[in-house]
Amino acid sequence: MKKLEIRLSGSGGQGVILAAIILANAGVEQGLNAIQTQSYGPEARGGASKAEVILSNDEINYPKITRANILLSLTQKAYDKYNSSLETNGILIVDESVKLSGDETFKVYTLPILRTAQEKFETQLVANIISLGAIYELMGEGIIDKDIMIRSITERVPAHTVQKNTDAFEEGIKLARG
Amino acid sequence: MNKEGYKLVQGNEACVEGALAAGMRFFAGYPITPSTEIAEISAEKLPALGGRFIQMEDELASMAAIIGGSLAGKKTMTATSGPGFSLMQENIGYAAITEIPCVVVNVQRGGPSTGLPTSPAQGEVMQAKWGTHGDHPAIALTPNSVQETFEYTVKAFNLAEKYRTPVIFLMDETVGHMREKMAFKDASEIEIIDRKKPTCKPEDYVAYRPDEDMIPPMAPFGEGYRYHVSGLTHDETGFPTNNNEISEKLVRRLVDKVDKNIDDFSYYEEYKLEDAEIVIIAYGGVSRSAKSAVDDLRKQNIKAGLFRPITIWPFLEKQVNKVSLNAKEIYVAEMNLGQYVLEVERIACKNCTVKSINKVNGELITPEEIVKAIGGNK
Amino acid sequence: MNCNETTKKYYRANKLPHIWCPGCGHGTLTNTIVRAVDKLGLNKDEVVIVSGIGCSSRAPGYLDFNTLHTTHGRALAFATGIKFANPKLHVIVIMGDGDSSAIGGNHLIHASRRNIDITAVVFNNNIYGMTGGQFSPTTPFGDLATTTPYGNIDKSFNLCSLAQGAGATYVGRGTAYHAPLMQKLIENGIQNKGFSFIEGLSLCPTYYGRRNKKGSAFKMHTFLKENCVDKKVVDKDPEKGKNKIIIGEFYNNPQPEYTESYQVIIDKLQG
Repeated sequence: MKKLEIRLSGSGGQGVILAAIILANAGVEQGLNAIQTQSYGPEARGGASKAEVILSNDEINYPKITRANILLSLTQKAYDKYNSSLETNGILIVDESVKLSGDETFKVYTLPILRTAQEKFETQLVANIISLGAIYELMGEGIIDKDIMIRSITERVPAHTVQKNTDAFEEGIKLARG
Repeated sequence: MNKEGYKLVQGNEACVEGALAAGMRFFAGYPITPSTEIAEISAEKLPALGGRFIQMEDELASMAAIIGGSLAGKKTMTATSGPGFSLMQENIGYAAITEIPCVVVNVQRGGPSTGLPTSPAQGEVMQAKWGTHGDHPAIALTPNSVQETFEYTVKAFNLAEKYRTPVIFLMDETVGHMREKMAFKDASEIEIIDRKKPTCKPEDYVAYRPDEDMIPPMAPFGEGYRYHVSGLTHDETGFPTNNNEISEKLVRRLVDKVDKNIDDFSYYEEYKLEDAEIVIIAYGGVSRSAKSAVDDLRKQNIKAGLFRPITIWPFLEKQVNKVSLNAKEIYVAEMNLGQYVLEVERIACKNCTVKSINKVNGELITPEEIVKAIGGNK
Repeated sequence: MNCNETTKKYYRANKLPHIWCPGCGHGTLTNTIVRAVDKLGLNKDEVVIVSGIGCSSRAPGYLDFNTLHTTHGRALAFATGIKFANPKLHVIVIMGDGDSSAIGGNHLIHASRRNIDITAVVFNNNIYGMTGGQFSPTTPFGDLATTTPYGNIDKSFNLCSLAQGAGATYVGRGTAYHAPLMQKLIENGIQNKGFSFIEGLSLCPTYYGRRNKKGSAFKMHTFLKENCVDKKVVDKDPEKGKNKIIIGEFYNNPQPEYTESYQVIIDKLQG
């Protein structure tokens, strides 16, 4: 595979960093080079939050994203801030609540991520894993095996939430398939 | 863990794993971003190994506690970031003059003062050497990957034990918070050095009389070697003295035991230096950008290479001098307004041009910025 | 220094004479520690004496134990590291008034709060003697020092109340005049499994005494003799405590000790 750069953005507490860790972890388990970084404000909740994952067969030096191949934005603020960092033919995944600027050149997936979390799972806490399912579905086949992804989720979420989260992951895949 | 034995690990976590592998069994610290995970993971893992974790009331106390713990026979560590590192300077000097081994991790963030708590910087390069008052020995290592964080934390402990001196493990937020693959090593693959203990009878023990290697054997408190430890300038017995000759001898020995053994721990990486006319010198997180920049410049037929010090103190004079003899230009890229470059200039400016690439906005210097500064196409 | 055959074996004779001024109370107070250690029959190899900086901090150098002369105010933090790393050791900390309550005040509060098994002994001479007589947190209101040339307007600390309030489980006050009491308090403090705080009122005829016209060292000792009343007496008759300095055992309330509580965690995890 060529280098794949994925940026996940939202607000602090939405769990985008955990989703990025799960993805990078699965990348390593798959035998790829993977690197995960994040930037966030000093507060634990509410501020802008951004996490990045780079997956590659080759050694990864510069650990940050230059041009994202995939951008997830769960909030308007995150979309406004990061949409210009998406490469021309990249993939944008946004929550349906986000208003797009209208001049997108990239492929856009507007998905009811936050609503699905609330309606189907009765908690916003799984929005990150629904998003992860969507990213997984759209990042391309054959990069990471699905069972490795499921295992990575299982290892990294609290034990009593494993079922809910793996269900959320499947839900995310379904949403992206449309 | 994947088939090749790799796991996704965070830099700060790798630091703890390395410390535990090296034999760290005592950690004292005070929470501060972006180093806090090191304390948290130590708190979780130490007691199961019979080790001890204590959260002290501040960084002054943390530094004091790890010196006390080391004197009682344990391998000890603390971890902090800029503001806490400033507070630790007082007792880093104490550890230096009393020759008590310990490891001080500083995960650098934006400064000065409270600065940018969650952003990377490299503003404490000079502080790692000159932070505490008076002439003193300084060893500082700086890793640029998660794997290296593990391996060089082990080395930091080994050097502290071998040379009986505090060792600064100078990380930055980029490396501390980044997650990437790391191979866990089997204990049998790791070289561990323990402090030299006295072999003489307690009544014959002269606590600060150095062996030929300039290092006195160290007895832990409680094992029958009753002696005196003081931060005052002392003679070989450890007791205070104002004698000018003895004072001079002590300070020189403290510095020499490290500086004169630099060949023992000159760690660095050279990348595409063989024919390089343009040499980038970078360390820590920035060196990863520099490596990418070298590749980009090579694609543009610019003969670029990278020299990356891992041993940041003492300064690698010999290696930098050699690099400067073959280079036309040296660019020192660092996330400060020019610290390491001062040392590079001291050695290299008689042989080639030395320029500085600096950034203090809280973001890692990018490969593009380095390429552009050197005159390549973005 | 009053060394008889019993106490002699605890001193590093070749490091004497000491640096303290004639009439200073620190020698007597040091001796009360030595006598307490002797009385309890502690193994010299297992005793650690830690000090900070100041006149009091020179005491460990004269004593034949494991001795550590640290930085100003930090003695308790070093001692915490030693005790926590090797709980077998008996750790005694000698501090001055400025050392323990100004620059080291935070460490005193937190060592008390943790109830770690350390015996802290403060040689309180109401002044910074080593630097030539500046006021300390225990210099009485109105008194003179080189940095209070017009009288001290700081209120002075009650160190025992401070330690007790912060969580010390054994607290008492003795003086350089009331040496047997001081020794007894230290013995009890060492035996208390937890943080013990013993204040020893010392005297500084050179700086505090001279500047405040307190007379000779003899007169200053006499002052301690005549103006200190034991808490037991005052408990029976509060009138007797009026305008006096209260000495004696103030608090003795054993609580779970820090290193023992941590050992419970280790044992649990190691199965």
